[in-house]
Amino acid sequence: MKNAGDLARVSVFAALIAVLGLPGTLNVFGNAVPITLQTFGVMLAGAILGTWRAALAVVVLLVLVAVGLPLLAGGRGGLGVFAAASAGYLIGWIPGAALTGWIVQRGGRNPGIVRLLLACVAGGIGVIYLCGIPVQALVTGIPLGKTMLLSAVFLPGDLIKAVLAALVARGVQRAYPDAVPATWQERHTWR
Amino acid sequence: MTGLKLLGLAAGCTVLVLLQTPAALAGAAAVVLALYAVARVRPAAAWGQIRPVRWFALALFVTQLLLADLPAATVTTMRVVLMVALAGLVTLTTPASVMLAALERGLAPLRLVRVDPFRVSLMLTLTLRSVPLLTDLARRVREAQRARGVSWSVRAFAVPLVVGALRHADALGEALSARGLDD
Repeated sequence: MKNAGDLARVSVFAALIAVLGLPGTLNVFGNAVPITLQTFGVMLAGAILGTWRAALAVVVLLVLVAVGLPLLAGGRGGLGVFAAASAGYLIGWIPGAALTGWIVQRGGRNPGIVRLLLACVAGGIGVIYLCGIPVQALVTGIPLGKTMLLSAVFLPGDLIKAVLAALVARGVQRAYPDAVPATWQERHTWR
Repeated sequence: MTGLKLLGLAAGCTVLVLLQTPAALAGAAAVVLALYAVARVRPAAAWGQIRPVRWFALALFVTQLLLADLPAATVTTMRVVLMVALAGLVTLTTPASVMLAALERGLAPLRLVRVDPFRVSLMLTLTLRSVPLLTDLARRVREAQRARGVSWSVRAFAVPLVVGALRHADALGEALSARGLDD
């Protein structure tokens, strides 16, 4: 943690991801993993904070959850969530946010909508599924192939979330130039 | 004490993974129940910890029953429920502030890799403080949205919310560096 500005951004975004889980969760029948707006928050954190700050924001949130605070969608919290079927997806939020941030950060001062969308899909869907599906298969004892089919239920919803996250990130970065990771980095490294 | 509880939880979860027969898990269930009794947890509070996983447990039991047999289904389901119950017991008997203090002590060795435990716990505390603040901001944005007649648009909701959150974060960052928290 180099400076106080980074520390504050990480803390506030960890809280933002928690707050986005408040509207509630939707359990698709036959799957133990709920649908939430929180992955939308994870993608946004990546697109706005950049690689390591985004990853750290997710770590902070997960630490608070592990400590027992009900910050996950539907008021879930406690160490129990890391023993449940969705544990892999939760852990996957960390590299997912980091990859989204990395792709956006490489876009320089004006990352376009295509890059933002690509970043959200690769980090917010690709990486998270890659971490989540094997763990879900392991915990539930359902074969990997079948788990992948079960998880496909989430794909349309997650694609919509990725598109929304890209659009919202673009809107925020137009209104607030410091919301571009590269710009923020540039302004704060000389300190 | 909190550290001991967490170590006990880790040990308990390891033992649960190693147990393979329904009888052994029934024994483990008795131990967990006894622990809840010793901690004087009210049944309603105990159920509150298990409740979130009830449908998951049911779904797990049914799929296991279809894919394997009854003993395997019983063992797998009980294992997950008991792990959640054990974790819940630690959560119920430890206030979040005590847990954070234990965390700060536990993080002390991080000094060796040049991570300041104080900064880590400051970050966790700031996050906790920001949750009600952002909840309030979200409510205000939604009200403003409704007043303008925009019924439901994620963009119209999320853009002002995120910009507001960023403004708050950056003001907070400046306040912190004014108090000498920059390296």
